[in-house]
Amino acid sequence: MTQSAIPSPKKGRQLIDEYFIETRHRVIEIAAYLDRLDRSGDPATTSDFRSGALREALAVLCDGSYPRVDRIQMIFSDPTTEPRAELDQKAAKGAFDPEQEKG
Amino acid sequence: MEYIDMHAHMVSRTTDDYHQMALTGCVAVTEPAFWAGFDRGSADAFEDYFRQLTEFEPNRAAQHGIRHYTWLCLNPKEGENRELAKEVIERIPKFLDRPTVLGIGEIGVNRVTRNEIATFHDHVQLAIEHNQLIHIHTPHLEDKYKGTRLIVDALLQYPEIDPQRVMVDHAEEHTIEMILENGFWTGLTLYPQTKVTAERAIDLLERYGLDRICAASACDWGHSVPTAVPELILALRRRGHTNELIRRVVYENPIGFLGQSPKFDLLPRSAPGRSARSSEAPVEVGV
Repeated sequence: MTQSAIPSPKKGRQLIDEYFIETRHRVIEIAAYLDRLDRSGDPATTSDFRSGALREALAVLCDGSYPRVDRIQMIFSDPTTEPRAELDQKAAKGAFDPEQEKG
Repeated sequence: MEYIDMHAHMVSRTTDDYHQMALTGCVAVTEPAFWAGFDRGSADAFEDYFRQLTEFEPNRAAQHGIRHYTWLCLNPKEGENRELAKEVIERIPKFLDRPTVLGIGEIGVNRVTRNEIATFHDHVQLAIEHNQLIHIHTPHLEDKYKGTRLIVDALLQYPEIDPQRVMVDHAEEHTIEMILENGFWTGLTLYPQTKVTAERAIDLLERYGLDRICAASACDWGHSVPTAVPELILALRRRGHTNELIRRVVYENPIGFLGQSPKFDLLPRSAPGRSARSSEAPVEVGV
């Protein structure tokens, strides 16, 4: 459902006028990042769990279904429900790594 | 426009940051206890930190006409150490009567471990025993959804807890609904890259409305922006929202939550040296 509790004062074309340039910039940054990985020639850049999550997320951008951001957030999220037995590291990595969770 | 930053780790910021915040309309900050970037080695170290939060920072903020309030706990990043957590939690009650302590926080989980959850429960019980407001940290990135789910479910086990007295902070698109639908307050954290941008915060306000939602910078020792709330104000104006709506988000809603503590007020507090409170020693600067 695409309804809002508070409608945006800016409507369709106005939103594009306001936000297109900065959004275009972000898409080009993503393309440049992926090209950078390709130039490295390292197949690990493709198999890395973060790259896999990013590919899934990019597919959501183009599937035309709302809401994209909620679904992309869940792609990057730990889907398990049990607490970890002990602390593995202080910082999160940005995407769920199923291999690490298998131990 | 006047605003309240609900979450700012000012011990990590410079006096120049207070200056910028004052220039941009900040009238009050609340500072949850935080991780120093390394694990503190003893309960004594936490006592020193709590003294800094309750003695030094209120005076430094007052020099810029900003009210400073705080929340006390052992931060989730250190929650794995159960022995230390118990020692620290035993020492917190003697600070709770201090005039700028609003409650227990920011408690929660980091990597969602069993020990972190046990430490979280200890803090919740402390808050219940002393009738304190609670401020909750939800985890970062891939841990956010799972951690928020476990925190919300854990809180719902306590019939003594009124969800309106709990702020479950750092909400994002995939966690905000479970927080709000259970009656808690929530916070949108305007933090570069790892939380929400001003534009996404506005999207969430448009999607979910204004009830029980606040925004904050969560500025700390990492990449962060102490003037993130006025940046949100600017972004809300750019989107076309009214000053009335903006004021509700950055000023009236924070008062709605924080005002549940009898200690919270926004009466002008004189700078040290001009204060009626003799205990407010001037802050030494330029060390």
